[in-house]
Amino acid sequence: MMEFLQGILGNEAGLTVWTLLKIVAIVAPMMGAVAYLTLAERKVIGYMQVRIGPNRVGYYGLLQPLADGIKLLLKEIILPTQSSKGLFLLAPVLSIGPALAAWAVVPFTDKLVLANTNASLLYIMAITSMGVYGVIIAGWAANSKYSFLGALRSAAQIVSYEIAMGFALVGVLMVSGSLNLVDIVNQQGHGVAGGSALSWNWLPLFPLFIVYLISGVAETNRAPFDVAEGESEIVAGFHVEYSGMAFAVFFLAEYANMILVAAMTSLMFLGGWLSPFPASWGVLGASGFIWMALKISLVLFCFLWFRATFPRYRYDQIMRLGWKVFIPVTLVWVFVVGVWMMSPLTLWN
Amino acid sequence: MSFPTVVFYVLSAILIFAGLRVITAKNPVHAALYLVLAFFTSAGHWLLLESEFLAISLVLVYVGAVMVLFLFVVMMLDINFEKLREGFWKNAPLAGTVGLIMVGEMVLILMSPEASLGSYKGAAPLAADASNIRELGRLIYTTYLWPFELAAVVLLVGMVAAIALTMRKRKDTKFVNPGDQVVVRRDDRVRLVKMAAVKRSEPVAEAESADQQA
Repeated sequence: MMEFLQGILGNEAGLTVWTLLKIVAIVAPMMGAVAYLTLAERKVIGYMQVRIGPNRVGYYGLLQPLADGIKLLLKEIILPTQSSKGLFLLAPVLSIGPALAAWAVVPFTDKLVLANTNASLLYIMAITSMGVYGVIIAGWAANSKYSFLGALRSAAQIVSYEIAMGFALVGVLMVSGSLNLVDIVNQQGHGVAGGSALSWNWLPLFPLFIVYLISGVAETNRAPFDVAEGESEIVAGFHVEYSGMAFAVFFLAEYANMILVAAMTSLMFLGGWLSPFPASWGVLGASGFIWMALKISLVLFCFLWFRATFPRYRYDQIMRLGWKVFIPVTLVWVFVVGVWMMSPLTLWN
Repeated sequence: MSFPTVVFYVLSAILIFAGLRVITAKNPVHAALYLVLAFFTSAGHWLLLESEFLAISLVLVYVGAVMVLFLFVVMMLDINFEKLREGFWKNAPLAGTVGLIMVGEMVLILMSPEASLGSYKGAAPLAADASNIRELGRLIYTTYLWPFELAAVVLLVGMVAAIALTMRKRKDTKFVNPGDQVVVRRDDRVRLVKMAAVKRSEPVAEAESADQQA
């Protein structure tokens, strides 16, 4: 296919068009997944609260995301008079840009990856750390006290949890000796337990796995860490002044980030596309995209479950958890892993 | 002109524009955002030089953490712009002189034959599978271990000093130890009192009946 395009368009243009096609092939299903994740969230939380959830639009409520999308598209985008107009419109873009750009290096199987770079883990950390600008700028540009409070809360929270997240990833890259996501998954495929679910990183790095999962919830501003929105305290936080498509873009970014964190968790701790069964089990033991999709769905289900179960954290408790619990836990475990790797009991050779 | 050269000039133009706007923007929040743009663009320059680790760390550390905190502070400042601009023309000659001297020094250094920038060929292109993170790690933790650790200690001292200087014990803080909160049982907070039922006292009943009569 690439050779065909290069034959028609010449070498460089062909490569560009081919890469653009691959980007579309990642982003389009992403948007579909985001739309149906919103439906899944409403259904799952509905059943958890003994309700039915959306069931009017389409069979079983399956067309609800489309209806929501059309509704948001047709609504007017209101610009507050006292707002900083340029920044007000730039904020949603800065929010969704990083959420999509991070997918450039996420591998779906060991062959299926847009950019298989040496520094892909570092790239994801750098890109996702930029997502906070959307929130901060939205809060400031709207010139509203509620938005501003939401932006300040979000900035403090994301900076605090990024450190714990980074340390959790340090443990992963210590045991895999690589920043390349494909190598990180492949390393989990061989080990004492013979490449089954027991040889993945979640077991030896269990404290880091838990810290990463919880920090991931905090990074994406999801309940119980959703103080940036805090409906009961500051209305809707940083996006209180947004309407129509501008609001929808924030919404899309939040869900795209959720899927990204779920994908990163499954790549780094749950063995990515590897099968949870030993390789000798035939079809069940074969690795493939289906396992990756199942793991991402499992983590996403946990996200929805948390939202239905836990009350919102108090602000000082969030800060305490991030700085006084997670960072010491990760530091200690990074040290333990270091000693473990140097000892004769090491699992990683 | 090759593609990387075009990218270089585009990035440079953006970088210079962003740098100028940092010092000319009227609103400090806009200035801080232009500084973010400047950092991001120089990360692009480093990527062109094939040093992806430095480029990504620049984005991760400066754009993702330092500038977020910077914006955090700047957004909350209440700055009086008229007052800031008051002494501009009085101080302009001095500032201009200092600026000119700095430009002169840089020109002298960059044009001097010892710097030999004219004959600099640029870094040799790396092999496709070379990982400069691995190389950097190897150098930092073997050859340059002492300077690296010293720099880390200096930063740590700076951090401890900053915290020690600004930390003060507040007297009106309502801090509660979460551990104490968790171990609390019902008996520590609630006391159930058993008492016999009491009859309503008579004067109230009399007042009520008086009301009804009236």
